[in-house]
Amino acid sequence: MAILRHPTSFQIAVIKAALFLLCLLPAVQLALGAYRDTLGANPVEAITHASGEWTLRFLLITLTVTPLRRATGLHWLLRLRRMLGLFAFAYGVAHLFTYLWLDQFFDWMAIALDILKRPFITVGFAALVLMLPLALTSNAFSIRRLGGRRWQSLHRSVYGIAILGVVHYWWLVKADVLAPAVYALLLAALLGVRAWWREQERRRQLAAALPARVPRGKVIPLVPK
Amino acid sequence: TALSPPAPSPLSTTEEKTSYKSVTTYNNFYEFGTDKADPAENAGKMALRPWTLRVEGLANKPRTFDIDELLRLVPLEERIYRLRCVEAWSMVIPWVGFPLAALLKQVEPQGSAKYVEFVSHYDPKIMTRRPVLEWPYAEGLRMDEALHPLTILAVGLYGEVLPNQNGAPLRLVVPWKYGFKSAKSIVAIRLVDKQPATAWNRAAPDEYGFYSNVNPEVSHPRWSQATERRIGEFRKRPTLMFNGYADQVARLYQGMDLQRNF
Repeated sequence: MAILRHPTSFQIAVIKAALFLLCLLPAVQLALGAYRDTLGANPVEAITHASGEWTLRFLLITLTVTPLRRATGLHWLLRLRRMLGLFAFAYGVAHLFTYLWLDQFFDWMAIALDILKRPFITVGFAALVLMLPLALTSNAFSIRRLGGRRWQSLHRSVYGIAILGVVHYWWLVKADVLAPAVYALLLAALLGVRAWWREQERRRQLAAALPARVPRGKVIPLVPK
Repeated sequence: TALSPPAPSPLSTTEEKTSYKSVTTYNNFYEFGTDKADPAENAGKMALRPWTLRVEGLANKPRTFDIDELLRLVPLEERIYRLRCVEAWSMVIPWVGFPLAALLKQVEPQGSAKYVEFVSHYDPKIMTRRPVLEWPYAEGLRMDEALHPLTILAVGLYGEVLPNQNGAPLRLVVPWKYGFKSAKSIVAIRLVDKQPATAWNRAAPDEYGFYSNVNPEVSHPRWSQATERRIGEFRKRPTLMFNGYADQVARLYQGMDLQRNF
């Protein structure tokens, strides 16, 4: 249990390597399925759906790191977050390339029309484009260059990206919104807990800033001349 | 179970048939689940006997047919048709069946019958209870569409009795319309004077019109209909007007604005 509380750098490296392989599993499974022709009657559709779902799943998993860390006190979990986020991006890129290549065969006219005319593709495409700056700045150099505060506010855009991702899925389904509704609920919980923390923090700061006893009676306003 | 060898038809296409496996494992039959693999997994629960078909409404001789009686009523034909799904994939399926017109003739439709409504089987004990669509599934055709020689009631495919997931024991096949128009596991056919409400039109009227003719020029909010992926093929192919049946059916829609009547 001591390992779990305070793992050494080496132990974290081992955990990271194991997690890396685990995150690759869905991709390996898809590649094997394509090679063995076990993806069903419409393999392109199967790859498109699987890569899209894994993008969403990794986004949610990435957003779970902070709440999990706060709930358990296992602060080293934070050191896994960048990799999880980059896997979300990687599956997203795979999803986009499946569409561009296997589905549309780089028919740029058809692709442009899709992005402009089909709302679910518009938001999905936007989500992926917005992930690019986050992926590009997922390194220590960028944190130093941008400064912690700016880097953090940039990376908070992942909340909006995840919302776009769920909307993309919701608008794609023809009639049965059960699966996207599950993602929407999970995302609402993950974002809701953050909003709640924020509110708690605001109250704490207010309470600390205000004097314990507010003077009653007439308050003379101090207007600068 | 094999059906007695059906007669070939000049209305069949000579295109390469989609594999039996794909035809019977990649299905849209939402009563049994919305994943393409769900119907093959779940539709086995549907009991096919006894099964009756009510043909009712504006007819001189409305009556209920037993499915086994129906199978002997009209000689069975093989019809190899293209099937185009609204989701932009397509198949070529060797159906076994008979013209819907032959059945309608039996009940003598009245002059006031302008439309035909199809009602599918719905049993909440074995099918989804979630209101994915309004159950039972309903579809409809204009009378001239229903009487068109291409319109058949299918009872089999690949020379065998229809598998449950494909709409056993009796389903509609209208090859120039998107697949969802071809109602599965039909229990009632009604002759009516007004355009009947249909399941998908009720669910999303701006996406699924009453006619739903295959039309590469009318794009769907979710899918461009200009091209399609033939199951088993890698590259997409252009979609043909009326799914390639324009020579036979275009005259039914003469003078109609197909952008508006989509």
